[in-house]
Amino acid sequence: MKLKQLESLLGSIQQFDHPKIELEQYPTGPHIASRLLYTAENSFGDLSDKVVADFGCGCGTLGLAAGLLGAEHVTGFDIDQESIEIATSNADELDLDIDFVQCDIRNITLSDRHIDTVVMNPPFGTRKKGADMEFLSVALKVASRAVYSLHKTSTRAHIKRTALREYNASSAEVLCELRFDVPQLYKFHKKKEVDVAVDLWRFVPTSNQGKHL
Amino acid sequence: MRLLTHNMLSSNIKGVTSGFPLRIEVEKMVEKEVELNADFLRNMFAKVEWKALVEASKTLGYTELPDNVEPSMLDSDEFLNRFHHALLELHLEEGALVCPETGRKFPVNKGIPNMLLHEDEV
Repeated sequence: MKLKQLESLLGSIQQFDHPKIELEQYPTGPHIASRLLYTAENSFGDLSDKVVADFGCGCGTLGLAAGLLGAEHVTGFDIDQESIEIATSNADELDLDIDFVQCDIRNITLSDRHIDTVVMNPPFGTRKKGADMEFLSVALKVASRAVYSLHKTSTRAHIKRTALREYNASSAEVLCELRFDVPQLYKFHKKKEVDVAVDLWRFVPTSNQGKHL
Repeated sequence: MRLLTHNMLSSNIKGVTSGFPLRIEVEKMVEKEVELNADFLRNMFAKVEWKALVEASKTLGYTELPDNVEPSMLDSDEFLNRFHHALLELHLEEGALVCPETGRKFPVNKGIPNMLLHEDEV
């Protein structure tokens, strides 16, 4: 599938009706999502024939994109039932068979053998400090191949240090810097659009093959 | 929910030490056909908790998986078909996942398990 085609398909999916501020529910725009997943597949082969998990999947954009690019199995995880309902209907719309689990990523017990690749657009931790790092910590525990994630560029040094030293990543690389257009979803946004600089990261977990549940 | 997802989940209640596998209570199951990918199955074979997959598929009414397996069986198309069907085509649609240690039920509605914990379980 061509990048343009992926972006256009992702542009057609339904986003949050009533975004919840405490969960930092920002939709992942089709521009960013398509580039993230396209890179994962075409530069690294991390999607096709793989088991992919989408952490904090919201309306499902990243997980659906992984499915469109040939992931064999996708499970989306989110705490919010309404989001999962929208994600389910988005999957139906695109004729994709994707599983969803309602849970809090911070206290879920997942196998560290099944999942090849985690894709996520975590809460940036603007409202609740460190939320994105909690997601990253879990992702690096369960993925056996790669973790793709978006984090604010202003936190780049901290993320690299923490991933390598504390979360045992064997590599942490910024693939590109993107502008994340956060439309005026919430009352505390004074400007019409808030343009945030965001890094697209690829982390490689230290091999965890052979560990058991 | 496919049994592949079931195979990666454990009970996450605080203090539970053997939360795998989650027992399945089934009110409704569905089958959805997907294309077989032999390379994927060969790769997954080493990762799947086989016994849990056999039990789960039996609960959903599918009894064709052998209890004992070895990698050489991956050469058999018949075995691959059965493995594929159990792992990817059987879906728990309505029912519950049950913590094997505490008996706590995690409801499954429209194929989506609710693994959210109560305050005193975190």
